[in-house]
Amino acid sequence: MTLLDARGVTKSFAGITALDGVALDVDAGEMVGLIGPNGAGKTTFFNCLLGMLRPDGGTISFDGKDLTRVPTHRRARLGIGRTFQRIELFAGMTPREHLFVAERARRGDGRLWKDLLGLGRPKPDELARVEETLELLSLTADADRPIEALSLGRGRVVEIGRALMTNPKLLLLDEPSSGLDHNETAELSQILQHVNGERHCAILLVEHDVPMVRALVTRVFVLDFGRLIASGSTNDVFADAAVRKAYIGDVV
Amino acid sequence: MDNFFGGLTDGVAYGAVYALLAIGLVLAYKTSGVFNIAFGVQAYASGALYYTLHTSHDVAIIPAFIVSVVLLAPLIGVILDRLLFRFLRSAPEMSRLVVALGLLVAIPGIVQLKFDQTLAISSQGIVPHGDTVYNIGPAVLNRDQLAIIVTTAIVALAVIVLFRYTAVGLRMRAVVESSRMAELNGVNSDRVSMLSWVLTSFVAGLAGVLLPQITGNQVVDVYYTTLVTAAIVAAVLASLTSVPLALAAGIGLGVLQEWLNRFLPTNSVVASNIRPGLPFIALFLVLALDPRLRHRRGTTDPLANVDPPPPAPVAGTRSSELTWGTRIFWCVIGAIYLYYVFFHGNDSVLDDAIRIAIYAIIFCSIVVATGLAGQVSFAQATFAGIGGAVSAQLATQQGMSVILTILIGALVAGVVGMVVSIPALRLGGIFLTLFTFAFALAFENVFLKFGWITGGIFPEAEPRPQLGSVDFANNKSFLALCLVVLVLVSAGVVLVRGGTTGRFLDAVRGSQVAAASIGISATRARIVTFGLSAAIAGLGGGLLTSYEGHYTPTNWATFVGLFWVVIVVTLGPRTIEGALQAAFGFILFAKRVLPVWLPWLINHIQPFGHVGTLPAAVQYIFFGLGAVTYAKHPEGILEANKRKPMQKIQALIDRRRSSGEPPETATSGAAPA
Ligand SMILES: Nc1ncnc2c1ncn2[C@@H]1O[C@H](COP(=O)(O)OP(=O)(O)OP(=O)(O)O)[C@@H](O)[C@H]1O
Ligand SMILES: [Mg+2]
Repeated sequence: MTLLDARGVTKSFAGITALDGVALDVDAGEMVGLIGPNGAGKTTFFNCLLGMLRPDGGTISFDGKDLTRVPTHRRARLGIGRTFQRIELFAGMTPREHLFVAERARRGDGRLWKDLLGLGRPKPDELARVEETLELLSLTADADRPIEALSLGRGRVVEIGRALMTNPKLLLLDEPSSGLDHNETAELSQILQHVNGERHCAILLVEHDVPMVRALVTRVFVLDFGRLIASGSTNDVFADAAVRKAYIGDVV
Repeated sequence: MDNFFGGLTDGVAYGAVYALLAIGLVLAYKTSGVFNIAFGVQAYASGALYYTLHTSHDVAIIPAFIVSVVLLAPLIGVILDRLLFRFLRSAPEMSRLVVALGLLVAIPGIVQLKFDQTLAISSQGIVPHGDTVYNIGPAVLNRDQLAIIVTTAIVALAVIVLFRYTAVGLRMRAVVESSRMAELNGVNSDRVSMLSWVLTSFVAGLAGVLLPQITGNQVVDVYYTTLVTAAIVAAVLASLTSVPLALAAGIGLGVLQEWLNRFLPTNSVVASNIRPGLPFIALFLVLALDPRLRHRRGTTDPLANVDPPPPAPVAGTRSSELTWGTRIFWCVIGAIYLYYVFFHGNDSVLDDAIRIAIYAIIFCSIVVATGLAGQVSFAQATFAGIGGAVSAQLATQQGMSVILTILIGALVAGVVGMVVSIPALRLGGIFLTLFTFAFALAFENVFLKFGWITGGIFPEAEPRPQLGSVDFANNKSFLALCLVVLVLVSAGVVLVRGGTTGRFLDAVRGSQVAAASIGISATRARIVTFGLSAAIAGLGGGLLTSYEGHYTPTNWATFVGLFWVVIVVTLGPRTIEGALQAAFGFILFAKRVLPVWLPWLINHIQPFGHVGTLPAAVQYIFFGLGAVTYAKHPEGILEANKRKPMQKIQALIDRRRSSGEPPETATSGAAPA
């Protein structure tokens, strides 16, 4: 079943065409890669999917719903989670608080009157869910340190955890392995596989680490200068000459 | 035709003043990254010195000008840079605005310690024989007006040349973007930033001596600040960046204003209510409608995260014993104070206590807006005033139960707050604050003049509330009522802070895009908190109006609201404790500390001099300079100073305990490593 269906997505910034009629689809529970050289428009595409940028043209539908007029926070509630290439964390909060606030957001609007009646305090089942995700991502040791004290790599993992707390049907990951060392990258791959398997969460992965992409995903889309130059099963795409030229370079 | 040309020439002269001030604001913003709302009072300092020298000490124009504009103004700039803004270069834009607000409050206080107030109405223009009139074609201008126009033209030209053609101008902008980055590129940012401040302050000084010609020859700080507020319109139209646009917008505004003065009917609501409020209405409209301001991101230093994160509030780092210890301590102190007030205090002590309780309620609204939502609102006094006016009018005109009218007043204030916040939300940071400022000024100048809102100049007496058989006409029972309301409001604020809304607001403050990506609507969270904050202010306004027995406009003047922000921000904007301390400070400083306690203390610890009552200005200096610490201690100066002793006591407790049991490291989460 098609979960995400983007067609003809176009976006330009003052003369630069960052996206030119990009069509991309992700099935429920599937892991898909989106690759392309620097400046290809991958991050811009994510921003259009979540409504942080308004595309100039094209349609995006998710879970059968047209997203054109839906604001970002509602798209998140529909089940799209994401991480950021330049990490965006909540200054002054610990990782545990990051996950907790996301858990709260998942449960719906914070109604002011509930707070006023004292119903806003953390509940045991919420804390348990937070604890579970912390363990899944091996964040327990860092859970109560200020976020500013964590390394970039750990910060990325906190972002993934925060996105997971909203129970997304589709997770958009923007270069999750940058800033991580070799071991951490391997661990991340395992976590993603686990999340995909256990939580049935589809993943759209933007990544420069080719071995990681090949190991994880079944299908790949390739962007170059805002155009889709190839798409299909991982093996076919990486065998494609145009992809090698644009992305991996002629050397291989 | 006469009106047309007369309006045009007078308008150009008037507009030249707006343009000069707007250029000053743009220059300050571009070269130091500070939205300098204290620009007007800097000008006031030079103006006051000039007219003191020239008018009362008969110093000739040139030496007086040299002392007040060429020497004093840049000196103020150097002092501000060296002592303050140098340390704020990588602070958020908002902190710099609050620091400037502190100066806005403090500088007139300092000037007035020395400045002879009687002089304020007898100053002459800067040029000799300023009223000599020239006919230039169809235009009629006097020498004063010419002086303003020529000065503005020269300043505009000089600033344009500075930015377009000199390396210094480029360096100034680099330092604003990121002083650390500029230093990495070999720019001496200390020198550059000092130069920026000297330049800006010099322009302020020039404006200071020129302004009184259009304020009816009066040197009054509020007039200066009001003119600067009007000039903000031009500065905003220039997006705070373009000098030519600021010049054009300033002059256009002046001409428009003079034409409206001439062509609008003189005997209607328009004349009495709309006209004096025009600049503020214009500011309100420009901020609400200008699409360029949409989601304009504040300047943040890309290297700002080199600084360590702010420490957690004391309440978060102390163990539960100590928390309970301090709570019990404060409860005991509070109980002793209330026992004294209820059973031994005279009327004036009781009056203090009631006012403190009411202002503590009002200041809780600032805790919600600033402490929780991270937004500085300059309109809290207006919201409180709306609450007061609604309750007074309903009680006197409709004869409704006063308790009910106070609640309705709070509700109306809350709704107004929410409505105001909607256009404000697409604005970020300082523009949002300016929007609340424009709203407050427009409301004060337009709506508050209608009798149906305020009850006219001599409103009917509003009765005290009555609840069943309890009549709150007795001051002691009224105090009890206020205390109950205060406890309820504080409990509400604490619950909201610890509940979902508080956490969402923390997230939105941390990163708006990330908050949106997990489904938090920043808009909704902010509208709700703005409404809550305005409602709390309105509640306090209703109580004070009922206590005093009638609506008192001076309680709710916009500039009073600015002082509230300053005092709460100084003492701790995130906690109820801070609001309480601010209320004690606000009431007791003016009534007890300055006239009685401080002089007594000074006269008893040293035998030499004798001090009488200290002037009220000291209060403004004290708290104004207090707010200047905001950038360093956004959690409030008292909170900051409590940390050390609290940690010491905590260490003592820990040591005690560890001598008996194995040391416990998990709970004493002291300062982050
Ligand atoms: N806000 C913006 N304003 C102007 N141009 C932009 C903006 N965002 C992106 N661009 C441009 O759009 C193009 C695509 O950028 P994008 O960040 O989407 O690329 P990317 O594929 O994510 O690259 P990378 O691998 O470096 O992250 C680039 O040329 C970039 O300069
Ligand atoms: Mg990218």
